[in-house]
Amino acid sequence: MTSAAALLPTRKDEDFRYADLAALERVWPVAIETIALAEGEHRALRMVNSGVRELAIVLAPGASLDLHVLNAGQDYGRLSLRAELGAGSQFTFGAAQLAGSGQVLEVVTHVAHLGLDAISQQTVRSVAGGGSTVNYLGKVHVAKGADGTDGSQSVRAMLLDRQSAANAKPELEIHADDVKCAHGCAVGELDKQALFYLAQRGLPPEAAKKLMLQAFVAEAFVGAADEEALQAQALAALEAML
Amino acid sequence: MLKIDNLHATVADKPILKGLSLSVGAGEVHAIMGPNGAGKSTLSYVLGGRPGYEVTDGSVTFMGQDLLALEPHERAAAGLFLGFQYPVEIPGVSFVQFLRESANAQRKSRGEPPLSGGDFLKLAREKAALLKMDMEMLKRPVNVGFSGGEKKRAEMVQMGILNPSLAVLDETDSGLDIDALRVVGEGINATMRAPDKAVLLITHYQRLLDYVQPDFVHVLAGGRIVRTGGAELAHELEEHGYEEVAG
Repeated sequence: MTSAAALLPTRKDEDFRYADLAALERVWPVAIETIALAEGEHRALRMVNSGVRELAIVLAPGASLDLHVLNAGQDYGRLSLRAELGAGSQFTFGAAQLAGSGQVLEVVTHVAHLGLDAISQQTVRSVAGGGSTVNYLGKVHVAKGADGTDGSQSVRAMLLDRQSAANAKPELEIHADDVKCAHGCAVGELDKQALFYLAQRGLPPEAAKKLMLQAFVAEAFVGAADEEALQAQALAALEAML
Repeated sequence: MLKIDNLHATVADKPILKGLSLSVGAGEVHAIMGPNGAGKSTLSYVLGGRPGYEVTDGSVTFMGQDLLALEPHERAAAGLFLGFQYPVEIPGVSFVQFLRESANAQRKSRGEPPLSGGDFLKLAREKAALLKMDMEMLKRPVNVGFSGGEKKRAEMVQMGILNPSLAVLDETDSGLDIDALRVVGEGINATMRAPDKAVLLITHYQRLLDYVQPDFVHVLAGGRIVRTGGAELAHELEEHGYEEVAG
């Protein structure tokens, strides 16, 4: 029997609501990559994604994973992940999406706090120009009894023109009493006053824009083990996009 | 150096400047004083080329060029510096990073070689010291978390580094305590008092003019210059108010 998961998703599937289904069909079904950390294990991963990837992350008690993703590249880029957090584990997720000329880039996360005192931090910074679309669908699920949970989602998107779009949906589902969950979400444009200020000091408009976007995207990679390499890759992607 | 002739400008379709004429020669310091809403800040933004400030009539010539035909960054490269009344905060972008890029963009458009990282830092350190500003502050994001006085001082450090021909300083004295006012005044003199430079000082008060002696004082009211005099005019204004002197 063909499992339901192998069927091509439709718009009715919440996780695929803004997906580029035509592009998805070409690569469907997508193999799930498993990242499992043993008790107390620490790992830092860096990914540059330009296709469709799906991760299944399992953190045993006390494990910690730092995952940083630069989502850029081809016409459709999607990174989705399901993470299960054991007691006292820690999941740090930083993603930057740089979308140009008609691209659709998206990050979809399901983070489940299953044990006591686990920490998850998600920071997603997206830039959309040239009629592109950037999406973030993120759910933090706190299981019954997972007290002491600390979950945060910081999601910001920057639109470079009126033809581009950003969809952001940070969600919380909490079944425990003693939890700390925060989410912030904003979609905006580059600050015109700041652009004029930089121009008045002599920076040409393109350079001023690049500098501000670089700073914006950098927030996704603060504290990463290989922050410099990530920032350099993000800058290259940004230059290719502008 | 700067010749403004019959300048008319609107902001959101509202006429603000209504036939302003003014000539600033090399080596001169001009002060523009005037009541709130007279158009002082509008004048500085129009000169800087801020979007949304529309020139409807008149002309501005800067060092032989039609200033109004240039983009804001080209005006900077031509030697115009605007000291902002409210300097903008830019998170994530450090002063040293953007100033070095700005300085080198200006140099490039003038056909000069770029400053190396080391040369730039040396220059920045020297200008920061002149304004009694800790170099560490210039490594921080632009104006973020700075007090009003620190922002104004940082403006003057930037002016020192970029070394313009004409500085238009919009209420650089507001928000400064007495000691900072003296430091800023000395900074303006050190950077801009030269035979080939000029300053247009926009201010409400006489106090900055005690440190930066103006050669000319103009009263701006209702969108045009209504009176021009020497340094003594500022004292007269201080004593009698705008209404009596300009009215």
